[in-house]
Amino acid sequence: MPDRIIKDGAVVDDSWQVIRELEGDLPAGKIIVPAQHWLENKDALQARGDVAVWLASDQSPKLLGDDIKSFELIAVDFPAFADGRGFSYGRELRERGFSGELRAIGGFMRDQLAYLTRCGFNSFALENADLDKAVASLKDFSVHYQVSIDNPQPIFRARQG
Amino acid sequence: MYIYDQFDRQIINERVAQFRDQTERYLAGEITDEQFLPLRLQNGLYIQRLAPMLRICIPYGTLNATQLRKLAEISRKYDKGYAHFSTRQNIQLNWPKLEEVPDILADLATVEMHANQTSGNCIRNFTADQFSGVAQDEVEDARPWCEILRQWSTFHPEFAFLPRKFKIAICGSKRDRAAVAFHDIGLEIIKDAQGETAFKVFVGGGLGRTPVIGSLIHDSLPKEHVISYLDAILRVYNQLGRRDNKYKARIKILVKAMGAEAFKQKVEEEWQAIKDGPMTLTQDAIDHAFSFFQPPAYEQVDAAGAQSALDDKRLAEPRFAAWLSHNVVAHKQPGYAAVNVSLKETGVAPGDITAEQMEAVADLAEEFGFGELRSTHEQNLVLPDVRKSDLFALWQKLDALRLASPVIGTLNDMICCPGGDYCALANAKSIPVAEAIQRRFDDLDYLYDLGEIELNISGCMNACGHHHIGHIGILGVDKKGQEFYQVSLGGSQSNDAAIGKILGPSFAQDEVPEVISKLLETYVANRTEEERFLDTYRRIGIEPFKERVYA
Repeated sequence: MPDRIIKDGAVVDDSWQVIRELEGDLPAGKIIVPAQHWLENKDALQARGDVAVWLASDQSPKLLGDDIKSFELIAVDFPAFADGRGFSYGRELRERGFSGELRAIGGFMRDQLAYLTRCGFNSFALENADLDKAVASLKDFSVHYQVSIDNPQPIFRARQG
Repeated sequence: MYIYDQFDRQIINERVAQFRDQTERYLAGEITDEQFLPLRLQNGLYIQRLAPMLRICIPYGTLNATQLRKLAEISRKYDKGYAHFSTRQNIQLNWPKLEEVPDILADLATVEMHANQTSGNCIRNFTADQFSGVAQDEVEDARPWCEILRQWSTFHPEFAFLPRKFKIAICGSKRDRAAVAFHDIGLEIIKDAQGETAFKVFVGGGLGRTPVIGSLIHDSLPKEHVISYLDAILRVYNQLGRRDNKYKARIKILVKAMGAEAFKQKVEEEWQAIKDGPMTLTQDAIDHAFSFFQPPAYEQVDAAGAQSALDDKRLAEPRFAAWLSHNVVAHKQPGYAAVNVSLKETGVAPGDITAEQMEAVADLAEEFGFGELRSTHEQNLVLPDVRKSDLFALWQKLDALRLASPVIGTLNDMICCPGGDYCALANAKSIPVAEAIQRRFDDLDYLYDLGEIELNISGCMNACGHHHIGHIGILGVDKKGQEFYQVSLGGSQSNDAAIGKILGPSFAQDEVPEVISKLLETYVANRTEEERFLDTYRRIGIEPFKERVYA
């Protein structure tokens, strides 16, 4: 887990820790646990506080139901950059009213930052990349044809405006 | 045709800048080969057997003279002075240099062209009937709908990393010339009970390793919902399509596995959430799109006079008569015709065109029309608006350019992929097979007597040459390192969509023309007066063909 991430367009320090392997006790501090683990240990984790969840690429946000609104942060894992399911999950989390920090984790790449942003992600634990250079890719496009989380009006409505 | 506004220009320029930066970072070693792959593919760039290949988009097969001249210039400046029209109405350069591709894209952008999403696991170029806007049997022009959906699909942030490629076709005429049943999504324009435009939506059709005829999941989708409904289909596919095996990743496999009814149900669920939201098309937006595709300034001509002058010429010049019968198509405007510019001259790879020919055809599009052209999935070009009184003069010029081969719709108008001569995926060559067949059947009288036959050749099971849906299909296969050819019969890309049946064991390359000859003899011996090859095959079945070929 990098200790620096891209969040809201800037490179910032980060203290969230992604728990991928559940062995032994959970560490202290802010942790992001697997969604399944959270569902099975909801009460204990809620009592503990400082807990967020991450969705695997085969876990739709529907799994979390209305609980999504209670989280400060939800992460979506990309096992490989070619696995684009997370783009739909991000969009769906936002459409279902999640307004906290939406973080991409795992194997996504710099050149996906612009599309991820449009699908509602606002933070990126980007690995193996120069983050200070990578932020430039957030702004690859300034005009968009279609509706997206960051663009509520499609271009055909803008043209008439 | 559609003309860019400030938004389109800005988006395309930003795309060129993005890919220039990505290419520079790749060449500097900052992007791995694996990461660069989807980036270059979604900008049309393949790495092929001998060199990179750049697939340039011709949106729904519509282009103008200025664009064709620019393509000629680009093919000279960055390539070897020729290019190849593909079966998805796009055009391919076979020898560009990777480091020059950003410059090519910048040059293309100056004439409102690009190579966006012509490859990769994303929504590809929309294809449509090449006679949209001029066809006599048209229900409604498909081009404005293609343009509306082109904009929806271009750089759609959610659907750029789909399980697999995604192809959509729209047909606006009664006769399906867009093969809507063989696309991931096929849209057929209809008029509903109130006379309003609506769409029949087919999903899960396709060719490739597992040919499937698409399932109808909406029989009358109101026009204003076309974007939200397609978005819903893609939402389902992106989340549920298989990603563990690239040969099972197309939407057709998902639809088969779930069943069309269950798939439709999922789409409905997604759709309800977005149905009446901002994706709903406004009448202004529809009118705006249609405003670009209004009929050009046709002249009122003496249609009867033009026809009788044509008939005189037809009698005087039999070669012109043959061209007129085969390469010229009826037009909805009296006194006009649409003309196929044949790219099937024997000895030239099907679909290939030189820079000189491109420039000459661009001139002809202006002299004999309104400067507009179409590319066809049969790998020819079309001049859509020619005055009948100009046909003879046009024919003379096309003939001099070797672009008047009078074989449209015949055996020798075959669809053929680039095959093993160019393509890294191919198991076998396809161009020499096409040429050997064209040489064997060079007697036009015999060719015409055989009538309408669609012969499609693919160099591998990816089926770029659409072999499954040829009346006769030829598929290159690898047999212990040797190139062999499997023949199938009875496919159809039209309203009576069908997938061909395999004849039997495959053949060596030099046997193929003889095999085709025997198939045709079987047809001729069994046909009734009215029957096309496909009709006879359907009536008598595959056995008589099999017996003759393997005797």
